Parts: sequence; structure tokens; C-alpha cells
Amino acid sequence: MELKFILESLLFSAQKPVSVKELRDIFTAAAIAEDADETAKSLKKVKDDEMTAALEELAREHETAARSYRLACVAGAWQFVTQPEFSPWLRVLVGEKIRPSRLSQAALETLAIIAYRQPVTRAEVEQVRGVNVDGTMQTLLERNLVEQSGRAEVVGRPALYGTTALFLEYFGLRGLEDLPAADELRRIKIERPIAPITADAGLATAPPEQLQLNEEAAIKTEEPPAPSSEEMPN
Amino acid sequence: MAEYKVQFEVFEGPLDLLLYLIKKEEVDIYEVNLTKLATQFIEYVELMRQFDLEVAGEFLVMASTLMYIKSRELLPVEQQVQVEPEEEGEDPRWELIRQLVEYKKFKDAAAKLQTLEETQEHIFPRVPGKIAFETIAAAPAKPEVGIFDLLNAVNAILKRIADKESGTREIYEDKWSVSEKIEFVREIITTRGAVKFSELFAQAATRAEVVCTFLALLELIRLKQLACVQPEPFAEIEICQATVQPVAAAITESAAPPAEPAAANPESADAPNEALAEEAEVDDDEDDDEDDDEEAEADENKKPQ
Repeated sequence: MELKFILESLLFSAQKPVSVKELRDIFTAAAIAEDADETAKSLKKVKDDEMTAALEELAREHETAARSYRLACVAGAWQFVTQPEFSPWLRVLVGEKIRPSRLSQAALETLAIIAYRQPVTRAEVEQVRGVNVDGTMQTLLERNLVEQSGRAEVVGRPALYGTTALFLEYFGLRGLEDLPAADELRRIKIERPIAPITADAGLATAPPEQLQLNEEAAIKTEEPPAPSSEEMPN
Repeated sequence: MAEYKVQFEVFEGPLDLLLYLIKKEEVDIYEVNLTKLATQFIEYVELMRQFDLEVAGEFLVMASTLMYIKSRELLPVEQQVQVEPEEEGEDPRWELIRQLVEYKKFKDAAAKLQTLEETQEHIFPRVPGKIAFETIAAAPAKPEVGIFDLLNAVNAILKRIADKESGTREIYEDKWSVSEKIEFVREIITTRGAVKFSELFAQAATRAEVVCTFLALLELIRLKQLACVQPEPFAEIEICQATVQPVAAAITESAAPPAEPAAANPESADAPNEALAEEAEVDDDEDDDEDDDEEAEADENKKPQ
């Protein structure tokens, strides 16, 4: 009997998402049971990474089979879930999901910054967003999507914030590494462009060479340097 | 004028507004004309004021930064004050662009989170076998195995023994004691893990032996060493070690650990003995007196301290 199929049967019957640790407990308990057979005994000390690998393989198999459901891992716990496109019928069957109201744009932005940058202080979040985040932070803390994770070792020892397990559940993420484009956003390195940022020549800054030409022209013709003086007031 | 309807977007902050203005220009953030942007930004802030919207301080800070950038650009390059990078920090233009790019990335990330949030609303987990699990959960909820369940079970066994004994009657020496039977029950449980109620009495040949075993069982339950479980309603009572909690119970959550309530309830530990004593008095009229004595003795042992 293959490990992944044992896992599949367990997850098929589980009443809630099951973590690898809980699965391990099941294997240990099954091995010491009175009527445990050789397979059960041999799986007594199954390793966590072995189990994770089997679960991932199982999830891949379900994915390739393109069924109406898949094996999902949310916040480290595995569970069978339906594919989103079947929700119109499922809503009728099981009723509307009880979920808090959707997050506002401001809350989502704040949450994104905290999620990618954690642990992060409030001031750092404000610096990225360019606005005060007191209100949205309060909302996120109240909804338990964010929590204080410590204090920064800088002057004033400001509170550091991080996301909670509920955050992962709410967005259906396996872990923080599962965040979209996580590597890129965690520490953004923005390359400074080689070419200097120049304003529209006609509007404000006259390019130096043009200015030069105008001055030369002015000297030659002994006329006031009309173009640049006209543009200056703009 | 009154017919004009202005679509007024709500911006999350000055950076949001700047990104909007850049998007409208359809240029790359790195190539944006900051002076033009400054003009548009200030126009917008002016518009906000006209609509009596409270202009947040952040917008004014951004407006002044833009004005500063614009004023610097007004000077020809040669005449611009050469600031040491250490002295006045980064080029304000570059600083602003960097901030905009960073904010843009997080805004995109927020949009992705929003998609996830929506998707999550349409995903339903498999919650299997509710009905089947409820019946199991109902069994332990029916205060585990109560004393009367145990009494009924032992009565059934006593009846069987009585049938066997009817007719021929022999008088034995009383060979069993409660303490001996405690050892016996313990041994069975440690070697076999769990045992069915009737199996405990399988070898018992006489009424006295059954009573001894039963008292031993009650004593062990009182000491919280054993627990009685009924896997489903009306199933045979099972006796197992009190400390062992099935993993399934921990996982299904809803089911309380089956062991505790029956063993922990001092009233039910009290009740058995009285009930048993009564039972013995009623039933054992024609039986030998030793039983009653032993029961009385055991009864004393079991009175809650």
C-alpha cells in the first residue's frame, strides 16, 4: 500500500484540514493498534518530509487529472477543496460561505506591505504607502490578519508587525513563501536608470546645449536671448 | 455647469494619485515628466479643495516635494546647486521615482491578494460524513457509559450465570477477592489494550466471581485507570485504558475525550455502589451471604474520600 493513498484516504474522510503533524500522530497510533499489520507498523516512524513529498505528489496527480476538486494546503494543513468555478451550484447546496466583508483597497495595500516585508514597523509601512495607516492597521489587527510580532531594536523600540495564520487561511495560502511574486517583492531593489531623468525641453529646463546655442546666438546677433527668458516663467 | 458630472476617483494617498496621473500619460514611471506631473498634481489638489474635500496633509507634502523638484529643474544644469549626495541625501527626483516604483509593486501585490480573496470565496472544502460522524459524537456525549449501563451489562451476565447454575448447586469455597480481580483486569487491559465488557466475564463460572470482577472494574474506573466507552449507541461496552486518547477524537474536535466524564464524575462513582448494594439485596436473597459481605466491604472502600 502506498503512503500517498493512505494519506488520500485520511484526507478524504477528515473533518477539517489536517496538518503533517496530525497525520504523523495518526500513523503512530495506527502502528501501535492491537491489530496493526506489517504496513501500519512499517509506517510508524514515517518522516515528515516523506509525507510532505507524498502529499505534494498526490496534489499534483489531482491537478493533472483536472477533477472538479483538488488537494489544497492552507497554512500547513491539507484538505480537499472544490475548484472555484463550481461555486454557483455549491452555494446553493451548502449555503453562502460565512466570511467577513471584503478588505478595502487601503487595507489590502497595507496588508501586502506587511506580508512581504514582515517583520515591519508601522513607520516603514507608512513610508511605502505615503499615507498614515493607523486606521487600516487597526482594522487588520481587529480582524486578526496581522499581529504584533515583537519590537524593533531601534530608538523608541517601535512595534513590529507580521501576518497571522488566519491571513494564510483567508487568502488560501500554503505559507508565506506561497505569496505571489514573493522573492521579488520581499526586498525590492530598484535599479537607478542610467539615463538622467530630464524634463520636457520646451517646458521647464532648457537642455544645456540648447541654452549654449541660444547664448551664442544672442551674442552674435546682439539680441536678447528671447526663447529661454520666455520659457523661464513657466 | 450644473449638468457636469465629475467622476471623482478616490485615491489612497498622494502616491496613488501620482500613479494614476502617470498611467493617464501612458508613459513608463522612469520616463515620466515630473514637472508636468507636478502641475497636474497641484491642479488635482486644487480640485479637491473646490469639492470641499479635506485635503490630507500627505497631499500637501507631496505637492511641496513636486514644487521643489520643479523649481530645481527650472535652473540650467550649470547653475544648479551642486549638492553632495551625503549632504542632502538622494536626488529628490530619483527618490520620488523609487518610492513610486516600490508603491506600484505593492499595489499590484494588493491586487493579487484581492484576486485570491475573491477566489477563496468560491472554494468549498470537503466536509465529509457529517451524519455518520455525528452519531459517533453522540455516543460519548451520552455521558459515556453511565453506571446504569454498566449495571445492565453486568445483570445480563449474572442472568446467564444464574441460568447455568440453576438446577445443580454446588457450594464452593470463596476463591476470589476484589484485589485479585483488580490485578486480573489490569493485566488483560495492559496486554490487549481494550477489551469488550462480556470478555472480562468470559471465564467467570459463578455469581461470586462475576461480582468480584465487576467490583474490581468499578474500583479501577474510580481510580481513573480505566474508562468505559461505547463505540455507538447500544453497542457493547468497551473497557480501555483511561490515559489513551484516540487520535481521531483529538482530530474530530467535536468529540470530547471519551474517557474522562465517566471516570471523573464522583457522583457516578458513588452511585454504582449504592445501586449495586441494592441490587445485591434484591437479587441475592437466596444466594450465599458472602457476596453481600464482600460488597459491603468493597462499598466502604469506594466511598469517595
